[in-house]
Amino acid sequence: MVQPLNYLKETPSQTAGPYVHIGLAPGAAGFDIFHNQLGAVVAGPDVPGERIRIEGLVLDSTGAPVKDVLLETWQADAAGIHPHPDDPRHAECAPGFRGWGRVISDFETGLWTLDTIKPGKVPGRNGRVMAPHISVWIVSRGINVGLQTRIYFADEEEANAADPVLGMIEQVHRRETLLARPSGDGAYRFDILLQGDRETVFFDI
Amino acid sequence: MSGPGEFYQRDRTWHPPAYSPDYKTSVARSPRLPLLSLENTLSEVTGPVFGHGDLGPLDNDLIRNFAKDGDPIGERIIVHGRVVDENGRGVPGTLVEVWQANAGGRYRHKKDTYLAPVDPNFGGCGRCLTDGEGYYHFRTVKPGAYPWRNWVNNWRPAHIHVSVFGSGFAQRLITQMYFEGDPLIAKCPIVQTITDQAAIDALVAPLDMNAAVPLDCLAYKFDIVLRGRRSTLFENRLEGN
Repeated sequence: MVQPLNYLKETPSQTAGPYVHIGLAPGAAGFDIFHNQLGAVVAGPDVPGERIRIEGLVLDSTGAPVKDVLLETWQADAAGIHPHPDDPRHAECAPGFRGWGRVISDFETGLWTLDTIKPGKVPGRNGRVMAPHISVWIVSRGINVGLQTRIYFADEEEANAADPVLGMIEQVHRRETLLARPSGDGAYRFDILLQGDRETVFFDI
Repeated sequence: MSGPGEFYQRDRTWHPPAYSPDYKTSVARSPRLPLLSLENTLSEVTGPVFGHGDLGPLDNDLIRNFAKDGDPIGERIIVHGRVVDENGRGVPGTLVEVWQANAGGRYRHKKDTYLAPVDPNFGGCGRCLTDGEGYYHFRTVKPGAYPWRNWVNNWRPAHIHVSVFGSGFAQRLITQMYFEGDPLIAKCPIVQTITDQAAIDALVAPLDMNAAVPLDCLAYKFDIVLRGRRSTLFENRLEGN
């Protein structure tokens, strides 16, 4: 016998189910209850940076849009700083920058839309620099553990080429599944494929 | 970096697998390729910070936060517990959000068409911040079981959906709390996506008579464990300088 290791086990995940909106976006479920809808504003109006809109679909293995999906996003400001005490530069983060967004898909079309600012480059591990990116967490009915991925930007070719996370993806063509593509006027398109030949790269973080 | 380092690796064998064919919706919505394991960076160890300004005073009282002309129908209960990490440390100031069906098993959602009635005095959602030691509490009515389309005769056990943040985006978690003694737990394909019985047991809240309010409401205790973080015993160069 040895001494016991007294670590606790993480609470197991369960699917968010079809009615996730009631808890996390009640306005979308069809009723008005809280005075403050959380996650609606990633960057307040005075936050410096390039205003962008990212939209897309989450598609299942048959190519059908997932119409009951909820996405949360987390990102740095335009200077690459997170509004969180574990970021060594957090005191310099832009005032009014929340960094966190919560969006749901349209019940009819499945389209989701995120309004934010383009993040800056962020310090990575071992002195590397990560290209501008937005972390994404995806939950819905049928997803047992929230899926984690990242949105990178196709128009950041130089930074992407040096990004240590993109560089870890063995099949080079799969890196493209993480690129949001400019569609004009500060808008980007980013579809997430849950399964299939062009399955999005998901991370175990 | 001073202070804590990366999160402990998530035990994917403890969580349900993405592909769980008895829960049919998971089949077309589950990635088939392996997840790419990523060492934590600032993007994963940081996450949104919430404050009391984000919440309203009745947000954690589901008996009152949507009431129009009286209390909702149902068995009055308190749900309380503590959010800790795998090291057993309380997680303070973290956002806990809950949602549930009413006592008849009907959700207040425009997509729910179950024949049980909507309760005019029950919204079915609440939220709160944990206190300085990680404790939280809600007041609500016990949700009812309801049927769902999977096999023809599947019923969800009574449950409350729970969403928790923690301090870093890598801790983000959604789960469901079940109630001690419910015979539907063992029959539910969503519960049974979890293969380890000990992990299922971790989602079942015991009746807690000590927290019940005599002549008013019963109580259930539901503790939540989020991923723990390494101590920086040796420099692990998270931020790289």
